[in-house]
Amino acid sequence: MTDPLLKVRGLKIGATIYPPGEKSRDIEIVHGVDFDLEPGKVLGLIGESGAGKSTIGLASMAYGRGGVEITGGTVEVNGRDILQSGLRDVRRLRGAEVTYVSQSAAASFNPAKQIMEQVTEAAIFQNKFSKAEAEARAVELFRKLGLPDPENIGARYPHQVSGGQLQRCMTALALCPEPDLVVFDEPTTALDVTTQIDVLAAIKEAIRDTGVAALYITHDLAVVAQVSDHIMVLQQGAMVEYGTTDQIINDPQEDYTKALVSVRSITHEEKKPTATPVLKVENITARYSGTNFDVLKDINVELHPGQTLAVVGESGSGKSTLARVITGLLPPSQGSITFDGRPLTPDLATRPLEDLRELQMIYQMADTAMNPRQTVGTIIGRPLEFYFGLKGAEKQRRIQELLDEIELGEGFQDRYPAELSGGQKQRVCIARALAAKPKMIICDEVTSALDPLVADGILKLLLELQKIEDVAYLFITHDLATVRAIADSIAVMYQGSVVRYGPKSQVLSPPFDDYTDLLLSSVPEMKLGWLEDVLAHRKMESAGN
Amino acid sequence: MHPILKLVAQRLALGLLLLFAASILIFVGTAILPGDVAQSILGQSATPEALANLRAELGVDQPAITRYFSWLGGVLQGDLGTALTNGRDIAESLSTRLGNTLFLAFWAALIAVPLAITLGLLAVRYKDRWPDKLISAITLTTISIPEFMIGYLLIFFLSIQLPLLIGGMEFLPDGLQSWLLSNLRFSSVALMNDSMTLIEKIKSITLPIMVLTLVVLAHMMRMTRAAILNVMQSAYIETAELKGLGMLKIIRKHAFPNAIAPIVNVVMLNLAYLVVGVVVVEVVFAYPGMGQYLVDHVSKRDVPVVQACGLIFAAVYIGLNLIADIVSILANPRLRHPK
Repeated sequence: MTDPLLKVRGLKIGATIYPPGEKSRDIEIVHGVDFDLEPGKVLGLIGESGAGKSTIGLASMAYGRGGVEITGGTVEVNGRDILQSGLRDVRRLRGAEVTYVSQSAAASFNPAKQIMEQVTEAAIFQNKFSKAEAEARAVELFRKLGLPDPENIGARYPHQVSGGQLQRCMTALALCPEPDLVVFDEPTTALDVTTQIDVLAAIKEAIRDTGVAALYITHDLAVVAQVSDHIMVLQQGAMVEYGTTDQIINDPQEDYTKALVSVRSITHEEKKPTATPVLKVENITARYSGTNFDVLKDINVELHPGQTLAVVGESGSGKSTLARVITGLLPPSQGSITFDGRPLTPDLATRPLEDLRELQMIYQMADTAMNPRQTVGTIIGRPLEFYFGLKGAEKQRRIQELLDEIELGEGFQDRYPAELSGGQKQRVCIARALAAKPKMIICDEVTSALDPLVADGILKLLLELQKIEDVAYLFITHDLATVRAIADSIAVMYQGSVVRYGPKSQVLSPPFDDYTDLLLSSVPEMKLGWLEDVLAHRKMESAGN
Repeated sequence: MHPILKLVAQRLALGLLLLFAASILIFVGTAILPGDVAQSILGQSATPEALANLRAELGVDQPAITRYFSWLGGVLQGDLGTALTNGRDIAESLSTRLGNTLFLAFWAALIAVPLAITLGLLAVRYKDRWPDKLISAITLTTISIPEFMIGYLLIFFLSIQLPLLIGGMEFLPDGLQSWLLSNLRFSSVALMNDSMTLIEKIKSITLPIMVLTLVVLAHMMRMTRAAILNVMQSAYIETAELKGLGMLKIIRKHAFPNAIAPIVNVVMLNLAYLVVGVVVVEVVFAYPGMGQYLVDHVSKRDVPVVQACGLIFAAVYIGLNLIADIVSILANPRLRHPK
């Protein structure tokens, strides 16, 4: 057995937290983790948010983000304990022996500098290469990573390339100094599913060709299964299970791992359309003021009472714009919307209160959709007052009823949003929408910011509530697994048009149009070798590259 | 057209419009000032006829609109009119005064701006440690003391106590002592005339430069510190740290270019203050600048001079802020390099 490149023993990481209204206190977020990584191998770190994956990844560069501090254990890189090294030695390690690829390349590139300068900076600064050598190497990496015009793309600024391209540039940045180890921190999570697959393939190939070792951090087991040799499953700062990729995927031992592997356990019977739809969108075309192209082109969809219409597509396909048109935030240039048998006015300002009440919305970011200085009770109570004029004890009773419906208990009324977890926040937003007793709720990517298991719980809750309240959902998402789980009918959007529309069973059965085929085949599957299979059988290139 | 050119042209047009609006405000403001120039020239005992004659002679009996446009027309041709009190051409008297004010502002800025930015960078580098706290403490102290007080303190210590101190140092060799006495001489009166050499002029205004520097330092330094600290929260700073770069290099190469816009704005605001707000310092050091000129003529109700000064101050203010705006636009890579 070769000596490990990275040897982590008893790694403990702590942080100082500042709870509102309380004294700050120290907590431990990683409780003694051990693992080895051999040269040229890829280890996947998987877990939900808060599991400590990123923190462990950054610890291999002796770096603590924010107030995070490494409190115990050893981290050896190439035989040296980097936690005992001085800052000077650590700085010689970073950007030379170990490099980092972050989740959001868009934020991690300096907007004021050209890409080439940033890609080669570490290699030159660390005296690995001369400027000319580093630039030649960068161009070589750009080519290997499948970037267009590799000779000249380095002269561009970060805002001049797409998200998928920038993520590849970030990979080039990490590989340029010929490191021994690259920490990939959710490198494809922020990308569209059809873009993710190409970036994933490019990363995998680059890892193989350069022989670099990698820590691959993600919450998506299906993704990590495509690139890693071993997988370590983490939960709340402790290791749950460690094994080869094959063993974790096909023969998980621990209950938690099993739950991760079999996530999306929801089965949903498709409901038949009823006679009168609650929402009828006819020939809607819309554009934003000041632009000269239509973001929505001739959209026709229907939503039936108590059912779910899923609108799927990549970012920029126009799905959120459709929601803006239906809610009246963006009056369409053509077409009409019928809601519950009556026409909706195009502009929000002219809609009667009754229309506003019956059409509610839930957002992707529960965090920013709530006033951080209001308690949960106030937040949920507001629509009760506004639409029904409820006050005092009656309002309290109704708030408690709603809290019970979303499976939050007694003590939640007086809590502030900051004291809730991500899933709990989204539940409060659901309760707020339900408080208006709407006929229809627009759910805009409501589970995208949540961990898979939490998202699963939210979807189950939404389905449950649909049964009780007979409310219809217009469910906007880019996640096809979610669509499979909850939709009755599906509209696939691509570049502002609906390219495929119908009952779920029909939309998801072949023969497919090219785009739907691309979209469906791009969803990572939890099986080894999926990536290679799918790339070999594609009919259409994704647009986001 | 390149979007930047368009934006810059827009700003320039807006600046001119603003200047026009300012000219109206100045005119209206001076028109409603209480007092009567004829009365103040001729004194309390003047007869009504004499007053009326003088008013007609000075043209102040015309309707305000007429007076405004004849004034504006003159200004556009470079004619600021003549002072009512002494009949001199305003443009001529102003040009020397303005030259002196700009001279003082220039040297004060040359020292204060780089110093403030350097101190701001150092404060970020040593954030929450003693250098940061020391820099903040000193600059905040100097901004909290009124300017005239700083002026008199500097005069007391540097132009009165220091020569005495040096003169008392009998252990120094005679040559050195006399050299020190002649070179470490800080004039408490900032004289200015055309026969002085540049070096002499600068020596003469050393103390006013020091006062102004101390007054504007804190604002620029604090703003630089805040702007850079704000940028330091960005993910790309973490990227730079994970490349192994040192702190100063990160601040200089990655943070500063992204903090230029707010820094330039506060620098320009302070430069404007150096030109427009130096009245007190000019009075303390009897410096023949714009501020004193304005104050003198306000007290004499010499409206054309007040208008001319107001207009120049407005132009300086608008011009500097315009520059700040344009630099901010140019500093934005998204505008400089469109997709």
